[in-house]
Amino acid sequence: MSPAMIGIYVFVLSCFIGYHVIWGVTPALHTPLMAVTNAVSAIVVVGAILVAGSGSNHAGLLEIVGFFAVFLASINIFGGFVVTNRMLAMFKKKK
Amino acid sequence: MNWAESSKDIFSLIYLVATILFILGIKSLSHPKTAQRGNTFAMVGMGIAIIATLLNPEVHSYGWIIAGLVLGAVVGGVLALKIQMTAMPQLVAALHSFVGLSAVLIAIGTYFSHQQHSVSGMDSTLMIELAVGSFIGAITFTGSLVAFGKLQELLSSNPLVFPFQHYLNLALGIAMLGFGIDFALHDHFASFAIMTGIALLLGFLLVLPIGGADMPVVVSMLNSYSGWAASATGFTLGNNLLITTGALVGSSGAILSYIMCKAMNRSIISVVLGGFGGEAAAGSTQANDAGKRVKSASVEDAAFLLENSTKVIIIPGYGMAVAQAQHAIKELFDLLSEKGVDVKFAIHPVAGRMPGHMNVLLAESDVPYDVVHEMDEVNNDFSSADVALVIGANDVVNPAAKTDKSSPLYGMPILDVYKAKHILVSKRSMKAGYAGVDNALFYYDNCSLIFGDAKATCENLVGAVKGA
Repeated sequence: MSPAMIGIYVFVLSCFIGYHVIWGVTPALHTPLMAVTNAVSAIVVVGAILVAGSGSNHAGLLEIVGFFAVFLASINIFGGFVVTNRMLAMFKKKK
Repeated sequence: MNWAESSKDIFSLIYLVATILFILGIKSLSHPKTAQRGNTFAMVGMGIAIIATLLNPEVHSYGWIIAGLVLGAVVGGVLALKIQMTAMPQLVAALHSFVGLSAVLIAIGTYFSHQQHSVSGMDSTLMIELAVGSFIGAITFTGSLVAFGKLQELLSSNPLVFPFQHYLNLALGIAMLGFGIDFALHDHFASFAIMTGIALLLGFLLVLPIGGADMPVVVSMLNSYSGWAASATGFTLGNNLLITTGALVGSSGAILSYIMCKAMNRSIISVVLGGFGGEAAAGSTQANDAGKRVKSASVEDAAFLLENSTKVIIIPGYGMAVAQAQHAIKELFDLLSEKGVDVKFAIHPVAGRMPGHMNVLLAESDVPYDVVHEMDEVNNDFSSADVALVIGANDVVNPAAKTDKSSPLYGMPILDVYKAKHILVSKRSMKAGYAGVDNALFYYDNCSLIFGDAKATCENLVGAVKGA
């Protein structure tokens, strides 16, 4: 299999995992779900780091582009996780 | 196996650990008890992924990376700590746009860094992946900006419609694909740039015609797009962690969109095509009800009714969020509970501007989550309730959705508030709801309206119940 084909396999199977995991989430937590998936989608930071640190001849341009990509993803990571934590900490059972 | 190969495998293994932590993290949201632990799992997963990537031998310089991470941490952290819970939909929309733009920048960056290293021209599979990553990211970026603008009320929440809109979008979509294909076949960076530009424009045009009532669907859909953008980026990097995580987020947003559409009895296509809500959709019910009168109740009467009930169901809607009435409602909840009244909350899936918004606001004001119920759990209870107290909800309690075939709401599942013995509705004015439809409930004999700001009304109710 070509790497792209392996990627497609992983992608399709992951969609099935996603389908089953997400239907299990209680509707009461749909807003935190959205916030945490937001944080998690900032996993693109991996790509951003590779661009910013690639150190090739285009270094100047790539570093700037990469810096902004890392910066934006990082806002998502910290913003998303912190706000999710804030929300989840508020959900309490009756005393 | 040489050293380079096995070190790659080690990185893949570490990324697998991160993937598993993400899946477990999201799975833990199945119950509020385990949810916080889940968030910690996801954070650890992210931490592992970032550290592993920093150790990757392909990373040669760290200055810009650290600067970006630290600055982003400060901005994101401050945003997250300062944001009011009522403004959560805007924050989420803004965050989606960042992921989108980041994906575009990564596609551009990856293109140039590969061009640098390859001698014999670029692989066309990679270029297709780059094109896909860039246009999904671009649509996510500008689409989320428009959603943010509408939610923040920088833009009108009315749908913006103009003739031949859908044909224009279709033409742009085809042109975008055309330039994308040209880029993949001939390695023309100009085509890549034009394609990305068209995608940015499409993001604007696709969300502009969608009205305020459909915002929960739009926010969910953009959530989904941000996931697909991450997956596409994963393909360009040959990184399974990104592919898997993106697919998780993508399915999450897609399922939420589906749930929201079902709760409004709309098809996803009609939401995407837009034009629903605002002035255009004023229904025929208005004419029928013109002769009818509504009853209004004083706060004292309402308070008397509430404290002499055995069972009260409170139905919060977006109006509660706008008026910041959740804390006053919690006080009312406490007072009535002390007097032995059985009080619970009923939440419609599309109450608020994003899925689950009301639950978060009630949790913020310390309402325990076990008295907050979803539509399907609570709908049978209305017939035995003494009072249904509607605060800032409108379309989701409109019985016309069940009885009036000519109503634009017809077929939408509603909270069966009309079955309660008494109905009290806190309302600012007789203005129609977001769907632009008059509410038949207000003309029911067992329904009384309390006019005024939701927060003031709730505070007055608290005062009146205390005073009695």
